[in-house]
Amino acid sequence: MSEASVSTSLPMVHADCVSKSFGSNKVLRSISLTVNRGEVLCIVGPSGSGKSTFLRCINHLERVDAGRLAVEGQLVGYRQKGDKLYELKPKEAAFQRRDIGMVFQRFNLFPHLTAVENIIQAPMRVKRMSKSAATARARELLERVGLGDKADYYPAHLSGGQQQRVAIARALAMDPKLMLFDEPTSALDPELVGEVLDVMKELAASGMTMIVVTHEMGFAREVADSLVFMDGGVVVEAGAPGEILGNPQHDRTKAFLSKVL
Amino acid sequence: MSTPAEHHQSAPQIAQGTEHAQGAAIKAIPLRHPWRVIIAVVLVAFIAIFVADASQRADYGWADVGKYIFDKRISQAALITLELTVYSMVIAIVLGLLLAIMRLSPNPVVKGIAWLYLWLFRGTPVYVQLVFWGIVSLIYPVLTIGIPFGTPWVSIPNDVFHNLFVTAIIGLALNEAAYMSEIVRAGLLSVDEGQEEASRALAMSWGQTMRYVVVPQAMKIIIPPTGNEVISMLKTTSLVAAIPLSIDLYGVSRGISAVTFTPVPLLIVASLWYLLFTSVLMVGQHFIEKRFSRGTGRRKADKEPDGGGGTTTAVAGTPLGAPTLGGQLTGTDFGGKR
Repeated sequence: MSEASVSTSLPMVHADCVSKSFGSNKVLRSISLTVNRGEVLCIVGPSGSGKSTFLRCINHLERVDAGRLAVEGQLVGYRQKGDKLYELKPKEAAFQRRDIGMVFQRFNLFPHLTAVENIIQAPMRVKRMSKSAATARARELLERVGLGDKADYYPAHLSGGQQQRVAIARALAMDPKLMLFDEPTSALDPELVGEVLDVMKELAASGMTMIVVTHEMGFAREVADSLVFMDGGVVVEAGAPGEILGNPQHDRTKAFLSKVL
Repeated sequence: MSTPAEHHQSAPQIAQGTEHAQGAAIKAIPLRHPWRVIIAVVLVAFIAIFVADASQRADYGWADVGKYIFDKRISQAALITLELTVYSMVIAIVLGLLLAIMRLSPNPVVKGIAWLYLWLFRGTPVYVQLVFWGIVSLIYPVLTIGIPFGTPWVSIPNDVFHNLFVTAIIGLALNEAAYMSEIVRAGLLSVDEGQEEASRALAMSWGQTMRYVVVPQAMKIIIPPTGNEVISMLKTTSLVAAIPLSIDLYGVSRGISAVTFTPVPLLIVASLWYLLFTSVLMVGQHFIEKRFSRGTGRRKADKEPDGGGGTTTAVAGTPLGAPTLGGQLTGTDFGGKR
């Protein structure tokens, strides 16, 4: 992590007073936070606190209404020219997403394609990689997530944990600089959670910058460099995971943690 | 702590139960269903009487049926009917896809136009539409390109609708496109939103998302009703008489019967040909549906019962295991694809 701060001064993700509403419902109220290169940030909080929405804003699956959100110094979803903001064309927005991998709560694997076919789609279609090169890389990635023997399985024939690991491999196939995890273990049977967390731990150890929305406090304590507790669309508390989990300052944090720990 | 203990207790019980079921088959006197038999006998009797009567009835003219069923005029007309069906369905499917995408467009004008098309073509009888296309060249004798109400740059005589075969295809296709668009739209909407989201998150464009992710999955929903539409179209082609086009199966059989004064046998001849085609289409549809259900859980569910109830406990006990079962299933899926 010290190395990263030397290589560039730009943070991987920088949010400055980010707000977002759905109709009259204010989901995010002035969120400010910074994630540096190689850092793992865990976001915890009750459901409906806006943590997933914030994650989705980072790769422009949702658009930000107010404030500034930048990935590697580049505004997400907008281009600034003078003091005016221009919305990006779909193509430009897609280009920004190339370097950001995302893993969903419900895996969202393509059910009509095998594991390996799921992984090679984006490299082939977006990066114009050859099928053989993409397939070789996909097999490597499946090996890495411990599913080398499941390459030709359809998602329906894999367990939830295996599907989520394929989904992680699929995101990694684009060689992202940043990985977003939206409650990656929430839809899993309890005995399958560990295998997914193990893959994520390995990924964190390899130096990947990660933002993880999770309810797994053990994972947050062990892996995260920093922890954010969100409630009602605001960051209630932020800091080192040990401190927040061990000695929460805010009442709302205390109330939440007493229920989940 | 209590869960494993319970599990251990319940496991032998299940095993015992299975042993009982396997060991001694239940021998009970089966429940009788007298009414089923009575109803069946009555129905068969009715049908038998009808068939016996029909075979003797002079009006059916069975000799004429035999004479005309393989008549060259009839078989050629049957081919025309097939051509009308295929051409109009192909155009209808392409146009239907376009209309479906238009209806899902964020542009309200584009969406509105697609809706208007649907309203118009689904809200009027296809027979009336065919009559209209038959006389449209009277309304628009020349087609012009140029500034509206000014002197035209190019004028071409509206010859397209002089070819009644082409007119029939246009008329049938435009009507069918309205129905196809609803089928395609339902298919596209059936694909989980998460699929599009995952595809977008992988930086794929809208076109790529549609082509590689959404449409292949929508096909499973689109194919069965489309098969029904093909069968329906085959029969609807008989309405081209409204244009009037009379070289199709029904038109030709009617033409022959007008000369020979034997309408009933020729109706039967035409019906037998329609039945032949629809039967073949039904078989074809069955196989296409099977092919497009690849990768879904449904096939797995279809197969598992063959393995017997015994394996169910094994699968439940080892959720991650059962590699043999999984391997087997993937194997079959692969075989189907390559």
